[in-house]
Amino acid sequence: MSDQSEQEIVSPSDQPKQLSDDQAAYWRANVTTLLSLLSVWFLVSFGCGILWVDALNQYQFFGWKLGFWFSQQGAIYVFVILIFIYVVRMNALDRRFNVDEDQ
Amino acid sequence: MSAQVLTYVFVGLTFALYIAIAIWSRSASTQEFYVAGGHVHPVANGAATAADWMSAASYLSMAGIIAFEGADGARYLMGWTGGYVLLALCLAPYLRKFAKFTVPDFVGDRYYSQTARVVAILGVVFISFTYIAGQMRGVGIVFSRFLEVDIDLGVLIGMGIVFFYAVLGGMKGITYTQVAQYCVLIFAYLVPAIYISLMLTDVPLPMLGFGSTVNDGSGTFLLDKVDGLSQELGLSIFTEGSKSTIDMFFITAALMAGTAGLPHVIVRFFTVPKVRDARISAGYALIFIALLYTTAPAVAAFARLNIVDALDNRAYQDLPAWFSKWEDSGLLAWVDKNDDGLLQYRGGAALDPVKPRYSDTRGDLGERILKNQPTDNQNEVYIDRDIIVLAHPEIAQLPNWVVALVAAGGLAAALSTAAGLLLVISSAISHDLLRNTLARHLTDKQELRWARVSAAVAIIIAGLFGIYPPGFVAEVVAFAFGLAAASFFPIILLGIFSTRMNREAAIAGMLSGLIFTASYIIFFKFIAPEFNTAEYWWLGVSPEGIGTLGMILNFLVSFIVMQMTPPPPQEVQDMVRNIRIPR
Repeated sequence: MSDQSEQEIVSPSDQPKQLSDDQAAYWRANVTTLLSLLSVWFLVSFGCGILWVDALNQYQFFGWKLGFWFSQQGAIYVFVILIFIYVVRMNALDRRFNVDEDQ
Repeated sequence: MSAQVLTYVFVGLTFALYIAIAIWSRSASTQEFYVAGGHVHPVANGAATAADWMSAASYLSMAGIIAFEGADGARYLMGWTGGYVLLALCLAPYLRKFAKFTVPDFVGDRYYSQTARVVAILGVVFISFTYIAGQMRGVGIVFSRFLEVDIDLGVLIGMGIVFFYAVLGGMKGITYTQVAQYCVLIFAYLVPAIYISLMLTDVPLPMLGFGSTVNDGSGTFLLDKVDGLSQELGLSIFTEGSKSTIDMFFITAALMAGTAGLPHVIVRFFTVPKVRDARISAGYALIFIALLYTTAPAVAAFARLNIVDALDNRAYQDLPAWFSKWEDSGLLAWVDKNDDGLLQYRGGAALDPVKPRYSDTRGDLGERILKNQPTDNQNEVYIDRDIIVLAHPEIAQLPNWVVALVAAGGLAAALSTAAGLLLVISSAISHDLLRNTLARHLTDKQELRWARVSAAVAIIIAGLFGIYPPGFVAEVVAFAFGLAAASFFPIILLGIFSTRMNREAAIAGMLSGLIFTASYIIFFKFIAPEFNTAEYWWLGVSPEGIGTLGMILNFLVSFIVMQMTPPPPQEVQDMVRNIRIPR
């Protein structure tokens, strides 16, 4: 396993130019996905859980104050969902750019 | 059977299980010893990561901290879970593609520098040792409180168990024991929580129960009842915090980036077969962790109600048996300020100094007499935070078998984290320091022998830390996150996301982040603790949150130095492009 990867590290520059353009496009798509997911990550935790917590606490959400719920429950649920969205999006990207590991 | 006997049975059974797994999964090569051969199923790796990550502090202390601090406890809840999003999205898949064994491997190769490698080795060993000392101490404390064994003997038993499966099994043994330990610890955490949630709210899931109404027929929401009661007794309001917004922000950020930069967590993602597995495995890990982290605040809220109910305005003679048991082990104390023979539980510290110092004598009612001065508020009861998890099942009068589970769960949490840290230390010595730096001629077989030897030595040192805890450890553990955030996180992140990032920038960035963060912490914690208040903090950021500023400084210095120095060699740039692509 590791031997094979070391080989790849030694000689990736032999790849034709077309392939590296594809790789650049794949990387851009990857970074876009990351940034959009991380902005949600920031909004629920630092936003709803900390910066706007007092404002949100004026609203009731079942038995919780809304801001309190975000900081002690909601943010954690969103974190889990974000990782799974990331997994699905990245697996799709891998297939679209033909870089997935199944072949 | 009594809770005591059942505790022995549960702890004995779980230990036998860990040893059986260790014998079944011995490591035969360095590949197996460091990364379990790279064959771990993503779900198993998720469970192992969760056990690796959730330490004695998460299991024993976190719910207690939240019970006393209320809303401020959110910094731990969000900080220690949000880091997994950073890890899953920004680090884990690329480090898996890199396909080596350790964090210093990555730092040394990516920054083509033995200096950077050695700095990384020192950082890994320092962070891991401060962390592990707390775990071994935790093992000793659980033993002494539940099995009435001497703390030192408890530490020795813990060392023996970890020695067995870490030295024999390496990462392979550790991984499968951690899976078993996760099952034990989450079962032991959830069962009492579900019981208590049913008792108070009729809702079985604690994470929903604490947003429901109490079942006394009044139709009041549980949290409203907690807040009302707290207000009445002058305790802090549970759903409101007292920390400033900026401090909460910086502490949470430091905990998140620190989590993503902790070597024993990162290394778990080297053990799965594929890049795709590394991504999904972080998701499973966070689900497993979230089960405990979303339950903890519920346990905290329930505990406030139950404790007030069990203690306030009760006569000392009528208290249940657990009170004197925990009074004997130093986690509870009572001083009868108004001589009415009743306990008054109110806001503020009951004693000066805050922690009880017992004398050898007992009062007329049998309570332990204290040497502390009583404070002038009305509060008469000292309650240690750790008691929330340890004693809550007894306080809520749950059946004996549930009470007995807690010890097995606490031991699972402490042992699994200790083992993960030991492996990181041993691989830093045998692989990074010997094989890649000092003794490059080592064969695989010799390296494996050195790995076992350094694991054994590390266990002994960790055990000594547990038996003779140096005073600074408790202080330092809390700051390991800030230091990891200010050093490792930025250079690993930039190492993946920038092909221009070079050796000079990495070393300058890491040093400036570390020196800045460490000096701020050392100044306020050790040199001038009398100034450690918000009015003296820079920008109002406490030493706990300063790692975030250290991290920002690290990024800034890296960007500037990067512009002024030559780009990394072509083969390093190619390596960076290569790790970005799964295949």
